[in-house]
Amino acid sequence: MTDTSSTTALALRSRVWLRRLMALLLLALATVALITWLNVRGEATIDDNAAAPFPSTPQQIAQGGYLARAGNCAACHTARGGADYAGGLGIATPFGTVYTSNLTPDPQTGLGKWTPATFWRAMHHGRSADGRLLYPVFPYTSYTQVSRNDSDALFAYLRSLPPVIQPNRTHALAYPYNSQAALAVWRALFFRATDYAPEPTQTTEWNRGAYLVRGLGHCAACHAERNVLGASSGALALQGGVIPMQHWYAPSLASAREAGVAEWDAQEVVALLKTGTSAHGSVMGPMADVVFGSTQHLLDADLQAMAVYLKALPQQAVAPPSAKPPEPSQFSSGQKVYQDHCAQCHGEQGEGAHGAYPALAGNRVVTMDTSANLVQIVLHGGFAPATQGNPRPYGMPPFEQTLDGPQIAAVLSYIRHAWGHTASAVSPLEVLQQR
Amino acid sequence: MFNTLMTLSLVRTALLVAVTLWVPLQAAEAVATMPTTTPRTVPDTIAQRVLACTVCHGKEGRATNAGYFPRIAGKPAAYLYNQLRNFREGRRTNAAMTHLMDHLSDAYLREMADYFANQDLPYLPPQTTNAPATVLAQAQTLVQQGDAHRKIPACTQCHGSAMTGVLPAFPGLLGLPRDYLVGQLGAWQTDKRHAAAPDCMGEIAKRLTVDEVSAIATWLSSQTLPAKTHAVAAGTAPLPVQCGSGLQ
Repeated sequence: MTDTSSTTALALRSRVWLRRLMALLLLALATVALITWLNVRGEATIDDNAAAPFPSTPQQIAQGGYLARAGNCAACHTARGGADYAGGLGIATPFGTVYTSNLTPDPQTGLGKWTPATFWRAMHHGRSADGRLLYPVFPYTSYTQVSRNDSDALFAYLRSLPPVIQPNRTHALAYPYNSQAALAVWRALFFRATDYAPEPTQTTEWNRGAYLVRGLGHCAACHAERNVLGASSGALALQGGVIPMQHWYAPSLASAREAGVAEWDAQEVVALLKTGTSAHGSVMGPMADVVFGSTQHLLDADLQAMAVYLKALPQQAVAPPSAKPPEPSQFSSGQKVYQDHCAQCHGEQGEGAHGAYPALAGNRVVTMDTSANLVQIVLHGGFAPATQGNPRPYGMPPFEQTLDGPQIAAVLSYIRHAWGHTASAVSPLEVLQQR
Repeated sequence: MFNTLMTLSLVRTALLVAVTLWVPLQAAEAVATMPTTTPRTVPDTIAQRVLACTVCHGKEGRATNAGYFPRIAGKPAAYLYNQLRNFREGRRTNAAMTHLMDHLSDAYLREMADYFANQDLPYLPPQTTNAPATVLAQAQTLVQQGDAHRKIPACTQCHGSAMTGVLPAFPGLLGLPRDYLVGQLGAWQTDKRHAAAPDCMGEIAKRLTVDEVSAIATWLSSQTLPAKTHAVAAGTAPLPVQCGSGLQ
């Protein structure tokens, strides 16, 4: 009797567990199905085959070459000293290193067997010709807004390049980031293929600017904050963000305290993107790459459109900074460093030198909340990009060998507090963290 | 009288209004656009432009007698140009140099190279003194005769009998810091420094032992420059090895 009842209880319990297990399994299956669906939704079936000839006109190839500049494709898809567009450059991310792929038309190692449709799927949906999900280091989160026509032109251009035999390198990513499943979850959470939808209330020029800035320009890749999983949040707002692994901060394009251009003449924005320099200062660091490889080659009309769009970005509220002034001793030692090493070019009063060295007094890079870019510039120096409009830029020496951390902290604290500035002091620890 | 008073009071009111309006306006401007000093003018010269280089390489590229950084003044222009490109294109590894060269055009690099090549400046006394005689003797044999068994040509065969360099692109080897010389031979041995293929110095350096690298660097950095310090024109004798680092 007792035996029978305990057997019944056991059977009941195991049935309950079985039901729970089934429910869990179903839930897991449903999640997998949902993630899979989220990853392929909106994709057209690819029916053209590799053998089909791909007709392209010289105009299309030329247009594609121009668009490749607008997207700065070569900057990542060319290894240092390597063949153009043959890939192999390692892009360091917080999750590991991703190596760029060979975009030349070699059939075995490049895009030789790709079709306009598979190329479009990569640009718009972030999936490779073989169906693999692509890592968003390739900024398809922005390129998804590129039109099919422009995608075809880009493909025509890439197909016209000399083929280079260079096998792609395997990414060096740790588990779970190296798995397609993890990437599928990421994409389900953070990516949706989207066409650029023109804003009917805005001018054609504004819409062209928006299309370039949000699409090929992929400005949000740097100028927007990334979350812990590396996804850009507020990509449309362009309110600035730390560039992963580089110790540079891409300033907000929507704030008068950072790099907002609402108050600039559109012509000044065009000049900065075209020549790398303007009355307000020169581009340095990662933005020098952008001007050198991309924007200096763009048509004035396109730069003007980008300027119009950037000028009209909704502006961030300017919060009054709660600044921590430097200790008097740090300020005075910083002043000494400034006089010994900086004043010769930037002037005793931080007034700069016309056409050569930017004024530091009143310079937003100097007074921005973060000191990241100042530390980078003092440590590594650099030249503004050599462009047609500024072919022989003046240079800033690297001070990494000459000044120690406390000296760099002191001179930065000095320039952030001299000439009426009220930005926070910089500590030696901050300098150390950003080396 | 009344009129005068009235006028005075009007003037005072006007002044007060003006001052009240003017002060905040000034304050607002001071916040928005702080600099009022006019930018200075600096010389529109290549010397001014390359001040970024001279912090490490010394005034006009003359270097110093103490540190690691090599003298660049008076090196053959084509050699300097090749090196600037090698840094930019990753054939030489020095993060600071690569960063500086990153967005510069070939034309501008050539102009910089020409500028430093044309600096005709006196050399400092040799950096290394009192090196052991045995070390110097070992090095001198290698430098001036090489070692045919191990396919090591004499340095003098390419870099000139006085080792002040050979045009267009073989650099002089004297007047350089010992650490720099060790660093370069070591970099060739470990594939951290390359020249355009065929990379003759890479092949030769790999045939040297650690002791030989050290001895050669000691000997070279002990030498006083000859009276004629300039690179000489290339002779007619064929080079002992194939080198790609001519005119790139």
